Amino acid sequence: MSADPLTSSTFAQRARVQLAKPFVRQAVPRATDNAVKDLHARFAHHDYDGLRELGREIRSRTIAELDVYLDRFATALTANGVQVHWAADAAEARGHIQRICREAGATRVVKVKSMATEEIALNPALQADGLEVTETDLGEYVVQLDGDTPSHIIAPIIHKTRGEIRESLSRVAGRELADDASELTGFARERLRDAFMDADVGISGANFGVAESGTVVLVTNEGNGRMCTSMPRVHISLMGIERVIPDLDDLAVMLPLITGAGTGQLITSYVSMLSGPRREGEPDGPESMHVVLLDNGRRALLGTEFQDVLHCIRCGACQNVCPVYRQVGGHAYGWVYGGPIGAVLTPLFRGQAAGGELPHASSLCGACDDICPVKIPLHDLLLRLRRQREDVGEAPRGERMAANLWAWAWSSPWRYRVLTRVAGNGVRVIAAAGLVGRLGPLARWSRGRTLPLPARRPFSRRQDRDA
Amino acid sequence: MALFPTCMGDLLAPEMVEHAVAALRCCGLQVEPVRGATCCGQPAFNAGFHAQARRVARVTLRAFAQTTGPIVVPAGSCAAMMIRHWPELFAGDRDAALARVVAARIVEFTQVLARHLEVLEGHDLRWPGIVGYHDSCHMLRELRLGAEPRAVLGCVRELELVPLASADRCCGFGGTFSVRYPEVSVAMADSKLDDARAAELEALVSADPGCLMQLGGRAERTGGGLRVLHVATLLHEAGLR
Repeated sequence: MSADPLTSSTFAQRARVQLAKPFVRQAVPRATDNAVKDLHARFAHHDYDGLRELGREIRSRTIAELDVYLDRFATALTANGVQVHWAADAAEARGHIQRICREAGATRVVKVKSMATEEIALNPALQADGLEVTETDLGEYVVQLDGDTPSHIIAPIIHKTRGEIRESLSRVAGRELADDASELTGFARERLRDAFMDADVGISGANFGVAESGTVVLVTNEGNGRMCTSMPRVHISLMGIERVIPDLDDLAVMLPLITGAGTGQLITSYVSMLSGPRREGEPDGPESMHVVLLDNGRRALLGTEFQDVLHCIRCGACQNVCPVYRQVGGHAYGWVYGGPIGAVLTPLFRGQAAGGELPHASSLCGACDDICPVKIPLHDLLLRLRRQREDVGEAPRGERMAANLWAWAWSSPWRYRVLTRVAGNGVRVIAAAGLVGRLGPLARWSRGRTLPLPARRPFSRRQDRDA
Repeated sequence: MALFPTCMGDLLAPEMVEHAVAALRCCGLQVEPVRGATCCGQPAFNAGFHAQARRVARVTLRAFAQTTGPIVVPAGSCAAMMIRHWPELFAGDRDAALARVVAARIVEFTQVLARHLEVLEGHDLRWPGIVGYHDSCHMLRELRLGAEPRAVLGCVRELELVPLASADRCCGFGGTFSVRYPEVSVAMADSKLDDARAAELEALVSADPGCLMQLGGRAERTGGGLRVLHVATLLHEAGLR
């Protein structure tokens, strides 16, 4: 397995790599701006904020009693003939899915785009078992062809040009495909059609799980979700335990929220509601259906100051409005989830030691708070994670020393005056000597910006004269 | 009323603070700068060092307690820190009650001016040129102040205030973020400045010294003559002295 980017490099290093790719810096802002524009346009005559408030209320009510709804969901699934598996962590979830594939005698697997399966690194495990795995979302298909990883929750190849996509597909086709969207998608469709026909197992995530009816809900625009869950003999859905919602009335609120916030659609082209395997007399559907319920660090957040992050429905809207994400894309964040939600989830799921830097990779502008369809206070969560990093002793020692020194100097008006005067003179001397580029933070500031020199007479001293 | 220059205003932009004081006085307000205050504590608070933030903020909080009436702050982000985060920073602390009372007295500079638009109109202010307003993130999203500074700029004659598509997008400052990730921070400033230049602005105006230092520093480094000004400084140039 290749090195884990999260622990083998820093955000700054990964961001620099992304900043050097001109296309990422053109395409990501364009695509994300369009998504936000579409969202606002689509909801221009609807009360988006009112809907968000309903969504927040549903999510917070559900998460507050998560076990009640999970029990209800599991009971309803079982009654529908679905086999339910609980997974405490990624290894256990992979184990369940590997076992189900083995028992089904499977050789070929097709997949619907799913961040949960990315989270548990499912594909390498299945491939190690000798299974042929095909991603069937067009973007994920290209990601797989390139040995890449998705860089956006909804738009996995937001970082690729059409030219790059054409190259990847041409390689598989064994001929030069035209630089034309319909030819490219046409080729992929043909290939994927075969994969759907030949697959033994279809694996999906779950956008929602409806507790009352035992229904797995999937939203897609390409129809691949429907194919993966109805053609193969076996369907496995991997669902984070937090994605449960109480009933179908709640789904009526959550559906336009996820499609609106995600892709600016009031509804996606396909909405699949899967409530069990094929029943007697039904012409299609899988012979067996499994739901794997993934904890992997989620339950530990219940009752903590981070519980609200469990409200997340993985729509990607916070990535679309994030001014940092739009510059560096998702790969800079080093793990599965990028953008504001990734900066919150990564340290929570992977620990402060591995992910503690990410909450600092934000200018704390709060745009994510304003767009989030379920009103998660991401800005506050980022601040809490920064504080927690210090509380658990993971803050870099140099930063703590700087904070201590600063606090000592600025916690007395007298020291503040004297020391800022001394420091101000120092900075002016350093600047006059042309040495700014050699001094830590001053150098990092002046790399791309003029350094503002401290005033010879600060405002407070001007007041002394007036008094 | 009292005026808190903020550390950034005090040390890096004293003229701007003088312009703010003058503007308030021109509106007939009695303004006294607070003595003995240093900083709101935001740099340490945002970096996760709450104990250190509290230590500094306490000095400022206690200095404020010696004053009466509103406390005006010509820095959107600092105002948001005190109004929104002081109650949390001091929760469970011996100064918790004081922090809540004082936080409720804080007002942002343009918020005060926006209550005196008629007086401003009467001053025959003039600043010929195309101007764009940049929203400070914390001022806009934590205090919901976006209309106020624009209304104030609307009182200046011959000033053409053009709406910027990216007005509410972050400039990339973010306090320690700007030196932690300078390349990303500068890229964010560039995206903002590109929009400002495309709109052929003479000046990009804001009400937050943090954003101004970031955008001004980048604009100066890249050249092209775009001015980056505080609302108070623009008012000063327009004749409000």
